[in-house]
Amino acid sequence: MGILKPDDVDIHLLIEGLYHRYGYDFRNYAKASLKRRIQSFLKSEGLSSVPELQVKMLGDRACADRLLLGLTVNTTAMFRDPSFYIAFRQQVVPLLRTYPFFRIWHAGCSTGQEVYSMAILLQEEGLYPRCRIYATDANEKVLQTARQGIYPSKQMQEYTHLYLKAGGRRSFSEYYTARYNSVILRPFLRERIVFGEHNLVTDGSFNEFNVIICRNVLIYFNQALQNQVHELFYNSLCKFGVLGLGKQETIRFTKYEMAYDDLAKAEKLYRRRS
Amino acid sequence: MAYELIAIGTSLGGLSALKTLLRSLPTAFPAALAIVQHRHKESDQGLSSFLQKFTVLPVHEVEDKERIQPGHVYFAPPDYHLLVEYGYFSLSVDEPVCYARPSIDVLLESAADVYNERAIGVLLTGANHDGVQGLSSLKAQGGVTIVQAPNTAESPILPTAAIAAVNVDWVLPLADIAPRLIHLCPAAGV
Repeated sequence: MGILKPDDVDIHLLIEGLYHRYGYDFRNYAKASLKRRIQSFLKSEGLSSVPELQVKMLGDRACADRLLLGLTVNTTAMFRDPSFYIAFRQQVVPLLRTYPFFRIWHAGCSTGQEVYSMAILLQEEGLYPRCRIYATDANEKVLQTARQGIYPSKQMQEYTHLYLKAGGRRSFSEYYTARYNSVILRPFLRERIVFGEHNLVTDGSFNEFNVIICRNVLIYFNQALQNQVHELFYNSLCKFGVLGLGKQETIRFTKYEMAYDDLAKAEKLYRRRS
Repeated sequence: MAYELIAIGTSLGGLSALKTLLRSLPTAFPAALAIVQHRHKESDQGLSSFLQKFTVLPVHEVEDKERIQPGHVYFAPPDYHLLVEYGYFSLSVDEPVCYARPSIDVLLESAADVYNERAIGVLLTGANHDGVQGLSSLKAQGGVTIVQAPNTAESPILPTAAIAAVNVDWVLPLADIAPRLIHLCPAAGV
């Protein structure tokens, strides 16, 4: 590591402290966005400098846990990027039909909306009874929300719009029950999903999968960590298994570029070579 | 001191302003250009392929961890923030800033932080204040700041706010911005 500017040293020490004191490992996160999130966390804590936060966080577990939440991003929506689901129906579903049973790993599932979207898609394709979806996230708090499948009803208008753009074939309201200001997704959508805690930075492979979906998670990692996670994905995919990344993510700038063929180039669906 | 990165932000009226600016930059322009143009989150890659028609420089919609190359033009993709790391770009889906994702502030602040006095920040026509904070950071880190003269801007709100908040180095009519950039970034060997 070269010589750092003073404020970068402060950030570096904070991140090292968080790791050595609590085991939360942000050391290989992309620096620019991490810095922004630390700055906005300072404001929310009423602190004026990163060294102040270091001191507070090291002595105060609750503050460290808030920081952990502040550093993780949970932007998600049902049928986010509808064109991805259309490509999945067209390119991946035909492959899945050839398996009597298949496993999907949704890594970094956040509060679950995109996992349930996949469940709905597979249900409409008649494949849901044949699958098991493993939905994981490093953050237990968002997993609780994901397991419940309860979301604010004010989001349903947008989700319905995205569902239809994603090639949805039914009335979206068939998939949930509205109650007060929330909706709860129909229980059958949860039947084939296993939610569990898994940290892409520190945990290893736990099964062999036909499909791995990991969208807009790796953008927060630096290239070294991206390569490490791609090794994990590669080793967790079966031969000719499918990898789905976020719209502006790519396998191109990683060590695994040559290990995959394009399945749907614009939608970042790749197929593992032999 | 060679300038390596030019970070540009614009919203309302930006398409036409960018057309004017980009068409005047020559082949082998020695700095990279990173651009945030506010647009709807469901828009496609139409913007960059449209603007490619008006410039000899290669235009990209940034993919995560894409390398920053001199003489290339990089657009923030819809619904992602564009951030600068040293030598490459990162993307994020963090909360919108000033209701915008991509946000001009996010691009300019990260460019300032990494490229310091080797960065140039440019604000063109725009209808809100996203970009003012970023230009201020870029100035504070020693970068050069340029703002489109409000009376030549389709929407003067952003340029006016930037001039009020930042001690801007150059306030220029749109037509003079590309020549100024060429002057600040002379081709190698000249």
